Amino acid sequence: MPIHTDTLRKAFPILETKVNGRPLVYFDNAATTQKPVSVLERLRNYYERENSNIHRGAHFLSQQATDAYEGASKTMQSFINAKHTHEVIFTRGTTESINLVAHSFCSKFVKAGDEILISAMEHHSNIVPWQIACREKQAELKVIPMDEQGELCMDAYRDMLGEKSRLVAITHVSNALGTVNPVKEMVGLAHEKNIPVMIDGAQATPHMAVDVQELDCDFYCFSGHKMYGPMGVGVLYGKEAWLNQMPPYQSGGEMIREVGFKKTTYNELPFKFEAGTPNVADVLGMETAIQFILKLGHQHISAHENDLLHYATGQLKQLDNIRFVGTAAQRTSVVSFLFEDIHPYDTGTILDKLGIAVRTGHHCAQPIMDFYQIPGTVRISLAVYNTRREIDVCMDALTRVREMFG
Amino acid sequence: MATIKEKEQEVIEEFELFDDWMDKYNYIIDLGKALPGIDESNREDKYLIKGCQARVWLLAEYKDGKVMYSADSDALITRGIIALLVRVLSGQAPADIVEADMSFIDRIGLKEHLSATRSNGLLNMIKQMKLYALAFQQKN
Ligand SMILES: Cc1ncc(COP(=O)(O)O)c(C=O)c1O
Repeated sequence: MPIHTDTLRKAFPILETKVNGRPLVYFDNAATTQKPVSVLERLRNYYERENSNIHRGAHFLSQQATDAYEGASKTMQSFINAKHTHEVIFTRGTTESINLVAHSFCSKFVKAGDEILISAMEHHSNIVPWQIACREKQAELKVIPMDEQGELCMDAYRDMLGEKSRLVAITHVSNALGTVNPVKEMVGLAHEKNIPVMIDGAQATPHMAVDVQELDCDFYCFSGHKMYGPMGVGVLYGKEAWLNQMPPYQSGGEMIREVGFKKTTYNELPFKFEAGTPNVADVLGMETAIQFILKLGHQHISAHENDLLHYATGQLKQLDNIRFVGTAAQRTSVVSFLFEDIHPYDTGTILDKLGIAVRTGHHCAQPIMDFYQIPGTVRISLAVYNTRREIDVCMDALTRVREMFG
Repeated sequence: MATIKEKEQEVIEEFELFDDWMDKYNYIIDLGKALPGIDESNREDKYLIKGCQARVWLLAEYKDGKVMYSADSDALITRGIIALLVRVLSGQAPADIVEADMSFIDRIGLKEHLSATRSNGLLNMIKQMKLYALAFQQKN
């Protein structure tokens, strides 16, 4: 069914918030989305009626919680179409998923003189873990360049893939620019040379259907809180063959098979990578968030969000001295811009006063701002509950900003 | 010369005239525009205070027992708030500057601009103003 925001918004009580007496316009969805009541109820129900530690006690509640947790793994598996349930590892979020790969993959497969490829439009979460891993291994971090539009230079990428490349780690969708990268093609090119690819999907899963088998990527990371789920939970998908070869990331309970003081053997997947008591409640909340997305339907979510994206871009274009940052042909849900004559901080401050929540600054992607030589941008990031009317309100606010500073 | 407390009170009274946030911000913007600021040539990295969003430059001089500040920013609202800080602290004795609690910022409803997460450099700027004062104080 096409999206009806009037009905849909009722599931998000927070959207009724008033800011300085005005209705909140929430345009900071790339930072985190709001959560529907179904997710909140799921969390509450877990703690109210189901709470128990999983995989441990052979008692009624524990068994029930274990079943629910394993059910959530299956939901994740089918959501991204992974081949096996045990290829789904629950983490704290994208950041932890990336750190896990950077640590475990690199400790086994990267040696001095090797290269890891990232791109010029990565979130700090997909830069710093690789810098640290490369420093430890005396490997080199290579950066796939991008052009003015905010598209990766595929020719340069092809040339960079070589004998020494051990891994490519790239974002599916840029949080600062909205660019959708041609990840399938990039995986194909890397695989021609037997180089595995990790995709940072934090900004993709809220907006589009992802099929890891179709992409054929080796790792895929995403966060629950950016797709209507709770904070503190996310997923690392990894191909079984890689995960089995990689050493554990953290150690403790749950991830072991047998422990002796001389020797410990590790449990099988996914437990090997899930040390300690997992975040059961939030995993279940994330499952409910996925059900929320599936019920709306990816094609309807995309249709609605693309309509908003085009509408917003068309409206904003009419403002004087506006400069769009990130004009790639394939984009989703993000409009990043600044006024040539007004600092983004000033724009953001006035928008905030007018009840409009946007993010200003470098969006944890400082290298992008250096590339464009700008102090930052104002970022409108959309979600399924946003409306054209909210964009109109934002336009009025931006007109006011121009009057105040212009 | 008025004390820091007196100057703070002056600013608070000025801001009491505004009952609309728009008027208040328009005033801050005007203050920002009127601030002499720092010459482009002096906007050097050594005077730069890192805030990741807006950049702030701060210079201090010591003359006849008083600290004289000049400061600037690339964001206009930040510049306006800087103008207030400079107005209150510039020309005061180091010991008084070190002691100043700067609560007037809260009283005029601009505290949100001093939160660390805003990262506009203002919080660090106040710290730096006091550090300069402390250094001048110890030189004596
Ligand atoms: C592209 C991208 N990668 C990684 C992250 C980090 O995600 P999290 O903070 O949920 O770990 C974000 C979040 O802002 C992001 O936008």
